[in-house]
Amino acid sequence: MTDAVAVARKEWLELLGTPGWQGKQGIILFVLAFGVVLPLMNGPTWITSPTIAITWSWVPMFLVATVISDAFAGERERHTLETLLATRLSDSAILFGKIGAAIAYSGAVTAVSLILGVVTVNLAHRQDGLVLYSLGVVTLICLLGLLGALLVAAIGVLISLRSATVRQAQQTLSGAIVVLAAGPILLVRFLPAGWQHRLASSGLSGEQVALLGMTLLVAIDAGALTMVRARFRRGRLIAV
Amino acid sequence: MTSRAISTKGLCRQFGAVHALEDLTLEIPRGIIFGFLGPNGSGKTTTIRLLLGLLDPTSGSAEVLGYDTRTNAAAIRERSGVLLEHCGLYERLTAEDNLDLFGRFWRIAPAARRARTRELLTNLELWDRRDQIVAGWSRGMKQKLAIARALLHRPELVFLDEPTAGLDPVAAVALRDHLSRLSASEGVTIFLTTHNLAEAERLCALVGVVSNGQLLAVAPPAQLGARRGGTRIEITGSGLTDPMLAMLNALGGVTAARADGRCLIVDLRAVADVPSVVAALVSAGFQIESVQNGSGSLEDVFHALVEAQP
Repeated sequence: MTDAVAVARKEWLELLGTPGWQGKQGIILFVLAFGVVLPLMNGPTWITSPTIAITWSWVPMFLVATVISDAFAGERERHTLETLLATRLSDSAILFGKIGAAIAYSGAVTAVSLILGVVTVNLAHRQDGLVLYSLGVVTLICLLGLLGALLVAAIGVLISLRSATVRQAQQTLSGAIVVLAAGPILLVRFLPAGWQHRLASSGLSGEQVALLGMTLLVAIDAGALTMVRARFRRGRLIAV
Repeated sequence: MTSRAISTKGLCRQFGAVHALEDLTLEIPRGIIFGFLGPNGSGKTTTIRLLLGLLDPTSGSAEVLGYDTRTNAAAIRERSGVLLEHCGLYERLTAEDNLDLFGRFWRIAPAARRARTRELLTNLELWDRRDQIVAGWSRGMKQKLAIARALLHRPELVFLDEPTAGLDPVAAVALRDHLSRLSASEGVTIFLTTHNLAEAERLCALVGVVSNGQLLAVAPPAQLGARRGGTRIEITGSGLTDPMLAMLNALGGVTAARADGRCLIVDLRAVADVPSVVAALVSAGFQIESVQNGSGSLEDVFHALVEAQP
């Protein structure tokens, strides 16, 4: 665990530790857009809309996607990968340190944007009391966001492990995310009519659907992480 | 604890049809500096990767610090420091941050980490630049920092791939001294690859010559020099002309003759051929000032070994 934290710390330092604005503009723009501009435009519905949890649960996935491509392809491109692999660090520490850093980054930026959004809405649209996210929405955002981010991180690492450059990894991951986002919609759209009817008349509540979706995501995440662990081989990384 | 730092038996590595390393059998005692010499693509880097357990051998076996590279690579890496082909520094970070990161990787306690960082950066004359981002540094400075990183956790064995490449002569001499001291005082074994044959001659207790994945020779530099066979003499004087050189090369008993400034280097089949060479030169008008025994340099041996390879 200590080793994975050390790797995650390295990732964070590389991402944010450089002096000046380099690498930070994107984060600042994102936080301003989701924490100030959009809340100002939407007003209290930015917080109270029933669909807000679905919107926010996608955010960590996209944030993870912006950094995870660099995990191995970036190290390979900058010629630091072999030196990292030649340290005493275990495969798991390197792998989960990098995934953890990306998840923590996406979680932190999402949390800051969420909180800033609440502050912005309450300052700009003063009402009788504070407008806050409901506990259910926050829980859903956290759980769905985490599971989605984990999935993208696992897929991103799988791609990054085999990519020669960050650009190549980013392009492949973009395609994978499109499939990930459109896949479930297309699946439902092209289900046989009988199945579609059965789903519509199943009488499942919103909470039950969410629970089912999350259970499915947990299983997919576990499978993806197991695959990542199995694919991580020091020798293979050097031979690329 | 085994007395050998590295021991390999018939170590082979193939990449598809390419034999990167063939049948490497090598024993390196602890506490010495071992020089691995060879042209580009001869298998030096592959050997380091195999010894660190980063690659599995196709066949054969290797033990490093008593650990099998196939089954105990983590234990080997735990006890080794490396400077690979690329210095592998995180260039967006400062020098101090780079060492701090690797100190954490090796779980060095914070106080010890700071002290060791200061000691190494001071020794390598980088302390004043510790807060600078590495990206703007010269290759030589980066190389020094990478060496500091390799030594940070006081490893038992250090792999250095071309450690003095890119260093200015003063820094290269200082680094050689540092490596010699380190090996002598702390018993650290150093496995270094180099193209600088003079460096290997000066620094290494044992030298291995590799070419096309095959180990051609292993011996102390002095013994390797003596292996060249025949006799070499160095004749200093004036009045040397090209026809004289051609005449010498045609002389029976002379295997090669070449001029090096005011010095004439002549390789002979036997010591008995020396008088006839001197007589021929005098009669041709060469004014001899001195005749000395010449020792075959490591460079000559290296070239002879590589060229003699089928």
